[in-house]
Amino acid sequence: MKYGLLITEGPYTHQATDTAYQFAKAAIAKGHEIFRIFFYNDGVNNATDLAVPPQDDRNITVNWVKLAEEHNIDMVVCIAAAQRRSLLDKSEADRQGKRADNIAPVFRISGLGQLVEAGIECDRLLTFGD
Amino acid sequence: MAMLHTVNKSPFERNTLNTCLDMAKSGASVLLIEDGVFGALKNTSASDKVSKAMEGITFYVLGPDLAARGMTEDQVIDGIKVIDYDGFVDLTTEHDNFQAWL
Amino acid sequence: MAEPWEDEVEGPVKKFMFVNRKAPYGTIYALESLEVVLITAAFDQDVSLVFSDDGVYQIKKGQNTDGIGMKNFSPTYRALEGYDIEKLYVDKESLEERGLTEDDLLVEVEVMSRAQIADLMDEQDVVMSF
Repeated sequence: MKYGLLITEGPYTHQATDTAYQFAKAAIAKGHEIFRIFFYNDGVNNATDLAVPPQDDRNITVNWVKLAEEHNIDMVVCIAAAQRRSLLDKSEADRQGKRADNIAPVFRISGLGQLVEAGIECDRLLTFGD
Repeated sequence: MAMLHTVNKSPFERNTLNTCLDMAKSGASVLLIEDGVFGALKNTSASDKVSKAMEGITFYVLGPDLAARGMTEDQVIDGIKVIDYDGFVDLTTEHDNFQAWL
Repeated sequence: MAEPWEDEVEGPVKKFMFVNRKAPYGTIYALESLEVVLITAAFDQDVSLVFSDDGVYQIKKGQNTDGIGMKNFSPTYRALEGYDIEKLYVDKESLEERGLTEDDLLVEVEVMSRAQIADLMDEQDVVMSF
């Protein structure tokens, strides 16, 4: 089965992204495909390159980066939601005249059309939120 | 078409479980996850409504979320199946569509 | 020989339902879910909106946000028709619980019982909740 996952909450404050991560791992282990993970609303905060969580706890962004790299998952961050919440890649930061960019590798910024496309292309589009 | 519903909030915090049960059709499945697992427990003010709903709906509860919150399987309403993330994945393939109640 | 309009490539059309259960302004979900609705219509998909629980407040008439310094986005619901989004459903019980009637709403909707909405939900290919 081909899955799209929509994550609408950021790391740590809500369990949503953890649940999505555990689901994604289990689905992959069963031979399913995670076509795309779309980060919307506060979910865009999962893409930050600047988090320094406590050493004895999971690093959510790093977990996602490793899973995405290993299994070629398309990790998309909604541009409108990202701009509101100060997540910028290099080209956006330059374009907007901001002093830094902060998106972790593997995540790419794009439009809501990518979410709709996932809904069309995938067998299941699952929402993980609050 | 049977739908899989998930509920992730406690019935004591929000009315999510209530609304879900009002809108889940007979033959559907409801999976309780995250803080929603409290809806699966015996001897609470929510237990009767859930037990009654079991007449038409199949209930599941995510074991890892139960354990994380210090609950054991024997505290779960009889007839609610305790599953893990593998089981969650299987439920999504066994049902035609999916709705997350947040 | 095919007529020009017969050469148009038609992609798949799926039934997308957006379930709105949260009040506006207290959280961003109402606004950001509306943005997804508009994009989904641009992809020519079959879009339905359900307003239930506090979601019915999203389409309440007379919203004046001057005092809270936030943008009043409720006129956007009136613009949906222009995007061919006409399937707006409101759950009768949610209206009654809140002492509201159809007259309190700023757009034309179809008021349905929860049982009827359940039937509608069952027909959908993709359901998104925010």
